[in-house]
Parts: sequence; C-alpha cells; structure tokens
Amino acid sequence: MISNFIPSKYDVHVDPSRCRLCQRCVENCTYDVFRKEEDRIFTFSSNCVVCHRCISFCPADAISINRRIVNYREHPFWNEESREDIYNQANTGKIILGGMGNAKKYPILFDRLVLDACQITNPSIDPLREPMETRTYLGKKPKSLKVEEKDGDISLKTRLAPNLLLETPIMIAHMSYGAVSLNTQLSFAKAASRLGTYMGSGEGGLHSSLYEYKDNIIVQVASGRFGVTPSYLNKCAAIEIKAGQGAKPGIGGHLPGEKVNEDVSKTRMIPVGTDAISPAPHHDIYSIEDLAQLVRALKEATNWEKPVFVKIAAVHNAPAIAAGIARADADGVVVDGFRGGTGAAPKVLRDNVGIPIEAAIASIDKKLREQGIRNEISLIASGGIRNSADVTKAIALGADAVYIGTAALIAMGCRVCGKCYTGLCPWGIATQRDDLVHRLDPIIGAQQVYNLINAWTHELQELMGAAGINSIESLRGNRDRLRGYMLDENLLEVLDVKTIGA
Amino acid sequence: MKIKKYPNKQDSITIDAKNKTYRELNSEIRTAADQDICHITLQNVLGQRFIADGIKKEGIYLSVFGIAGGDLGVFMDGPIIYVNGNAEHAPGNTMSGGKIIIDGDAGDCVGHSMRGGMIFVKGNAGYRVGIHMKQFKDNYPTIVIGGSAQSFLGEYMAGGIIVILNIDKPSSIGDYIGTGMHGGTIYIAGDVPDYKLGVATVKEEFIDEDRVLVEKLVDEYNAYFNKKVDFDAITFTKIKPISLRPFSNMYTTE
Amino acid sequence: MCGIIGMLNKDGKRIDGSSIKKGLSLMNERGNGQGAGYAAYGIYPEFKDHYALHVFLDNMKEAKFNVEQEIERWGYIVYSEEIPTTDKGIFEDEKIPYRYFFKPDPRKLLGRDYNEKDAIVEMVMRINSQKNGALVFSSGKNMGIFKASGWPNDVAEFYKINQYKGYMWLGHNRYPTNTPGWWGGAHPFGLLDWGVVHNGEITSYGTNKRYVESFGYNCSMLTDTEVVTYLFDLLVRKHKLPLRLAGMALAPMFWKDIERMPEQKRQLHAALRLTYSSAAMNGPFAIVVANTCGFVALTDRIKLRPLVIGKKGKAVYVSSEEAAIRAMEPLLDSIYSPPAGDPIVHQLEVQTL
Repeated sequence: MISNFIPSKYDVHVDPSRCRLCQRCVENCTYDVFRKEEDRIFTFSSNCVVCHRCISFCPADAISINRRIVNYREHPFWNEESREDIYNQANTGKIILGGMGNAKKYPILFDRLVLDACQITNPSIDPLREPMETRTYLGKKPKSLKVEEKDGDISLKTRLAPNLLLETPIMIAHMSYGAVSLNTQLSFAKAASRLGTYMGSGEGGLHSSLYEYKDNIIVQVASGRFGVTPSYLNKCAAIEIKAGQGAKPGIGGHLPGEKVNEDVSKTRMIPVGTDAISPAPHHDIYSIEDLAQLVRALKEATNWEKPVFVKIAAVHNAPAIAAGIARADADGVVVDGFRGGTGAAPKVLRDNVGIPIEAAIASIDKKLREQGIRNEISLIASGGIRNSADVTKAIALGADAVYIGTAALIAMGCRVCGKCYTGLCPWGIATQRDDLVHRLDPIIGAQQVYNLINAWTHELQELMGAAGINSIESLRGNRDRLRGYMLDENLLEVLDVKTIGA
Repeated sequence: MKIKKYPNKQDSITIDAKNKTYRELNSEIRTAADQDICHITLQNVLGQRFIADGIKKEGIYLSVFGIAGGDLGVFMDGPIIYVNGNAEHAPGNTMSGGKIIIDGDAGDCVGHSMRGGMIFVKGNAGYRVGIHMKQFKDNYPTIVIGGSAQSFLGEYMAGGIIVILNIDKPSSIGDYIGTGMHGGTIYIAGDVPDYKLGVATVKEEFIDEDRVLVEKLVDEYNAYFNKKVDFDAITFTKIKPISLRPFSNMYTTE
Repeated sequence: MCGIIGMLNKDGKRIDGSSIKKGLSLMNERGNGQGAGYAAYGIYPEFKDHYALHVFLDNMKEAKFNVEQEIERWGYIVYSEEIPTTDKGIFEDEKIPYRYFFKPDPRKLLGRDYNEKDAIVEMVMRINSQKNGALVFSSGKNMGIFKASGWPNDVAEFYKINQYKGYMWLGHNRYPTNTPGWWGGAHPFGLLDWGVVHNGEITSYGTNKRYVESFGYNCSMLTDTEVVTYLFDLLVRKHKLPLRLAGMALAPMFWKDIERMPEQKRQLHAALRLTYSSAAMNGPFAIVVANTCGFVALTDRIKLRPLVIGKKGKAVYVSSEEAAIRAMEPLLDSIYSPPAGDPIVHQLEVQTL
C-alpha cells in the first residue's frame, strides 16, 4: 500500500472497433502512453498529459481521453488539489514545479469589462472600407514639439528618440532558445516580419539562423546575460532588460542542463550540459539608479540608436516602479501580469504572487499621467492576453501594445498541457529533441501565428470601428469606452472605469 | 431657366420660400403636385431641407432658386428638380427615380443610397458621392459631377454609374475611391493614381460600350448647363469592383 | 447635430450681433432649443487690458460673495455688474449672468512661477471645480461669451447682443447629445481668449481628457468642447505650436499620407502624431476655435460633420451650412468645403484693436 498515492487524472481509451493499428499514437506520444501488443493498443493512462497529439494524428478517431473521476470525500476547503499537493510534498520533500501561468481560479478581470459601441449620436466606422489605423510607435516621445515657422513653412526643431514602428499593437513575447525550439523561434520571426511587428528573443542568446530577421527582433538582457555580446546587442530592433516575469515574480530562471545541447550551448555561450542559471536579481541592479546605469550602458553600446525596454512582473508596487523606469532613460516598460506563461515555475509563486495585468496597466498608466511622464515611456502589457478583446481592453486601459506568448504557442499546436519543463513537447515547441523539433515546420508555424495576429488585428479594427475610433491612439487609455461588470467599487476606481449602466 | 425641355404647359406656380419652413414649403409643393401643376418654381430658397421629399409622380418640374437645403429630393420618385444655386448635403438621398440637376456645387453624400434616377451637378461635390447607390432590375442610378468629388467617392457602391468630369481641377479627386464597392462603375476623367483607389476596386479598360454610355451622359450634362465638354478629348479611367462579394473571405465560423 | 457659425472681419471692422444671430437662427433644425450662445471679440475696448470674467451666479448672496472672494485672491476687480439682459421674461432665470473686469496682481501671486495667463487658468479651474454656485464661462480680454438654454434668437435677445460690436463672432445652436441642456453646458466654451464652438461627439474623449488633465487642466464640465478648448490652450499657448499645426495634431494626417510626403514634411507630421497622439481627436466633429487673432476651423479626418467657408471682401464666414452664411451675406465672393481634417486658419490682418 502506498499511503500517499495520487490517482491518475485521465483515462485514455482506444476503441478497438475503430483502431486500425497504424500505431501513429505510439509514434507520436512522447509520454509512453501507448504500446502495441499483439492486435491491440494498450494504454498507460497515468502517463497522459492531455497534449492531444495522439488524438490529432489518429486517422480513425479511435482515441478518447476523459477526465478520470476519483472521488475524494467532498470538502470545500481541503479540496483535491490541496490534498494532492500535500501527498506529493510529503513523498518528496520538494518544491512543486508547474508549467504555464497562474492556475488558480481568480476572477478574470478582462471578462468583467465590456466595450462600447456607437449608436446614432456618432457613427460607427466600417473598418473594411474606411481607414482604420493600428500603427503604433513604441519608445520615448517628447512632451512637446518645437517648430520654427518661416514664410509659412514649418520646420521641426525637436529631435525624436528612436521608436519601434508596429503595424499592429500585438507583439510576440520573449521565449528563449532553450526553453523553446529553434523552429518555434523561426516561426515567430517569420510571422513578425510579415506582420510588421516584433518577437522577443528571450534570454537565451540569438541563434544565427535568426539573424536575417533582426529588424523584427527585440533581444533580451536578463540576469544570466546568456549570449549577450556586442554583436547580439546590435542584431535587433530594440533591447529589453528582463527584471522579472509574471509567472514567477521575484525569482530567477533555470534551464536544466539536459536541454543545453550543442546548438543551445553555442547560442547561450555556455558548455553543453550545464544548467543555465538566471539569478533572481540582476547583480548589477540593486536599485533604480543601477537600472539607469544598465540602460545607459546598453544605449552606449548601441550608439543610442535602439530603444531599451525594461520588463517587470506585475507586482503591487508596479506603478511606482514603472515611473522609476521611465525616469531611468528607458523607452518602454513591459509589465507582465500574473497569468503570464513560463516553462517552469514554483507553483506557489506562479499561483500566489503578483497581480492581474488589467490592474497593472490601469494603475501604471494613471501613475505615469499623474507625474506627467506618460510620453517618456511606452507601456507594453503581457501575461494573460487570450484574444482580440483582451488586446482591445488592455489598450483601452492604457497599454500602448501587448505581447502574446501562450496564445502564440497555442496557434502552433500547444495544448497548454503545462509540461514544458519535461522537454518532451510532442508539438515540437518546448523541446530540444531533434525528432520532436522537426515536428514543427517553421513555415506552417509562421503561417498560423501570422493568421492569428492578422485575425486579431481585423477584430481589433472591428471593435475600434464600432466604437467610432479610426486610429489606435484614440483607443489608448480611453477608459470611458469601457464599463465594469460585477466589479466592486475599489476595483472600478483602480481601473478608472464606470460600472455598466453608468 | 436654361432647361428647354419643359413642356409648354400653362399649369405653373411660383412659391416664395422666403422665411418659410420646409414643412410649409413641402405642403405647398404637395398641394400643387396633387393639382397636377407641372411646373413649380421656388423662389428665395435658403437652406430649407427635404424639398420634394417622397413625392412619387412623373411629369413634375420643380425649379429651385437659391440654396437647397439638405436631403433635396429625398425618397422622391419621378419629379425633375432643377436647382439654380448650390445644394447642401445628400441631394437625392434614397431616391427611387426622377432627376436632380444642380447648377452649382453640392455638399457631402450626393445620391446616398440612391436606387434610381439621375443627378447632375455642374460644379464640385463633397465627400461620399454615390455612397451605397445600388441597382435593382430596371433601376439604374446615375450621377454626373462636372467638377471634382472629395474622398470616399462611390463607397459601398452596389450598382449604377458615377461620372466625374473633373472640369476645372483635373487632379483634385479625393482619396479612397470606390472603397468597398461591389457593383456599378465609376468613370473619372483623366488619370487616377493607384494610391487613391479604395479597397476592392480595380481599373479596367474603357471600351466601346463605356464610350456610348458616357458620351450620352456628357451630352446631357452639356445640355443642362450650357457647357461644351468635349467627350472625345477626355481619357476616362474606369473603376470597377473586383468582386460582388469583396469581403467574403474575411470570416470563419464558430 | 448642432449648428456652428463664425465670422471674422480681417480688417478689424466691428459689427453688431444681429448678423450672426440671423445666420445661427437659420440652423434651428440643428438645435433643439436647449442651448445657444455667442462669442464676440473686440466688444470691450474700454476695458481691453482687463480680463472680462463672465460668471453664472446661482444667487446674489453666497455665490457672489464666494466668487468675489476667490477672484480677489488673485488680483483686483476694477468694475463689475450684472450682464444687461432683457426684462421681457424670455427665460426663467436659471442663472444670473454677471461680469467682472479684472486685473491680476503679481504681488498676490508671490511664490509662484508667475505667468499671468496660467494664473487666470488656475483661478478659473478653482472656481469652477469648487461648485460654490458660480461658474466662470468666459475669461478673455476684450471678448465675451453669452449663452443660455434656449433658441439662438431668444438668447440673442436676452443678452441684447445687438448692442455689442465685435470684429469676430462665433455662434452655436445646440442639440445636446449626452446631457440635458443647461446654461453652463451651452456653447461657446471659453477659457482666456479662446472661444470654441463644436458640432459632434468626440469618441476619443476619455483619452483626450486624461491627457489634458496630466497637464493640470480640470475637466469639470464633462463635455467634448471643454476638452477641445484645453487642447488648444495647451498646444498653442503653452507649447507654442502655430494654430494650423495644432489643428493638425488634433486631426492628424493618415500614416498612408504621411508616408508619401517629402522627407522633411514627413518627419514633421510623424513627430506631430507621435508627440500628440493623446491629443488626437476621433469621432465626428466640426469645430471653430477662436482667439483674439482669428480662428481655425476644422473637421474630423473622414468628414463626418459638415463645414463650409465663405468669403466676401475682408470678411470670412464659417458654418455648418452654406445657407446660414448666405443669410448673413447673400453675395459671397467664394464658398467651399475644406477637405476633411484640414485646419483652415484666418487671422486679423491688423493689429489687435
């Protein structure tokens, strides 16, 4: 008897009347769920992570996966999850790791915000036929312009800081080579360059096959400084200092040695098979003044030609931190909400630390405005953007642009199984195993990500048009076009939106 | 009166529009129409709206002196209106038949949702000329503008003909021409740079059939306004929709 | 819907308010009798160096006392009176229109980075946000706004605007969209010598409002027109942009058109859009914004509201409808509708009187 046995979660069933014994399930499953014996397929359900690879490839629709209900005595407080975590930790004495973002059932604020549309008093605008501008510039803007008027000609006297031009306010978030496969990054790069937007390199350096897409890449400088060389800093459109991540605020990162193969080693510039550790803080940033030093050092290294962004996790004090970042010569602040994804994070941090992106955007935008420094810095929101409505609401709350991570992965087949840390991703995304990486064709992957962002951009335009707005800057921070549905008064105040009916 | 084509009827009436509201004015027009008075002259019109609103009758000639207010001839079917002056927004709004001849300029949305009949404007017209005009069976709306038109000409156009003669300022035609059109034809005198073409439109060759059609309209324009536009001296750019369903590819289902 | 109208005699010739009233009244179809008003420039030559504060008072006791106490913290009232109105009983008096001719006193503003106009703005914001029964609705020099809930004709008669002579007039015939009409909500809206009339509804209001508030303006009226006024004050008076450029910031060129411009012009327009993205106005609008020197007239970028400009000799007219201009001046030299989003500026050709 095992006192702390945790029952498996899923039942995988192969219908023998349909199964043709083609064994695609056996070949495709990376978790050893299927085995052919004699004239039938046996399943080992306890291995299943519900990645749907088998189902997607079964030509006979013979496989079904069902939630296996093993009843515990009902208790509203000591629920299944709390008991199973205890069994697990009692067995192992270890910190529980989990993939993807916050898995606790917090209310989803985006779903409690509704958008506005025009009726009669002003016309809605048809985005298919009339101009509907989603172009966005990220970077510092001057507070005011100086011009000179001579004989009716007006000439510009103010020099503008470098800005990134986005044709759509949706970018692809940082996922490092190592955490994800090269084909994943190649898919993103191709999609970003076709869309006129950007992808993040993540903190694992830049593989040489991405160099040709450098004009659509934002390279990351994280505490591990993997692959950070002068040429890395110049093979990009912008640089992003990663100070924190929404999925695990306050802690560093750890790419296990088994994922560090030859190619990853070259790109990260560390020996094959070593753990790649990103310390919790940057050990050259212990204060906001130190941040300014790093920003300036990066700008010096790139001749002040590239915008520098700073990414933080959405924590309680995010508005003040963002204001500090704005004053530290940074050009953009990326704020990553507590639903942001990750390959692996301690569950306790993932589920309990940080705040939702909606509140972070609203409070940061407000703080920057109050201090008269909103033009000093762009606000990029990430962590928990599921669809074009979320994008639109994020911008209406005050974001200049968003990063999408998990959604971009889902576009390429990710089923949010949350087992990225195993390195066995059967979709070729979160893996370095050669055979698995090849499952993702970067041309198809790019097309799917392109399609997704393209469709979202069209939907964003539809929403803007319905609200009678034909350029994205008039949506930005336009909280009058949002209403809160079942939000309490405090939250309405934080979000600076009125309630429905008001 | 420059129009010579009016029948030589004695049944005419002159209405002084000075200080009258459009309700008073239209009521007098309707009364006259009901009495089969064919030629109604309105003097001192100054911005009264909805002139001849909804009148369904052939053989009525309405001469307007002054500035015709918005929605001139709205919902009308049959009468011929001649404006000796400018017209404000949306002359011919949703009209089914008849003619509006404007011896001057016109405001925005000329012929909005027009289903039949003709509109001639001697001078320039504003934004969204012919927006969503459409043809159905024998109804074939036609707009001829002697001057230029501002942006969104023929937006959503679903049928009929628009001719822009660009008499005075050949290059001043607006932007987004024919944006989202899915029927009908736009003819513009002179070259149109590609960047001014709206979504889902294409330039096509100006062929003999077009010549016949447009020449007739130019002649009619010349007759109304005593002009001498030389059709043969003009090279027309012909603009058509790429498809009857230009945006059908935009959607997927749940 | 709303009807707007304006006229400027570029030679500075002053005319009385009967003409503008005639033009504005012609557009009664655009209003609903819930608000009308006029702004007149050059009407107080005898007090031309003083700020003319037009104030709606709730009563002649506390409200008057409160506002005077506040005004005197900033300077001296040299003359004050009830604004003369007709006693024909046109309105049930919702408010008492009162005026003060006022000069700020630098000595009273010690400790501040003294700028007279900023001080006036701050004073007006303070009075209007205190909700103590007084609302300052006009605060420029040698100009004044006259407005109330009613039809243009009645408002004109109420304020006896035939008795004022100005070189520039604005008028507004209101069809309130989002709020019931009240005296303070009528147009023109004013601050310093800005007078603004507006037809439309600005869908970008939330963005614009938060933008001007970050520069210290207080949007207490919750109307589009108020925000337009503050945007012009910010861009023209504080940031020193030429009037036309400020108009372009509010109705920026499309990127598609900016990309086709010659390099220097492209840079200017791109910089304008980047810098003033939150000042850009969306949704349907036609506005006329005036200051002592003249006016700028402007529509939204896709022409969702009408605007026509007419000229006769040294006089320039602007209106929602041609007929309204013709009612003022039947024989014009020219009349046209400017392209969408193109700010049309007309200024006095003589020194301010």
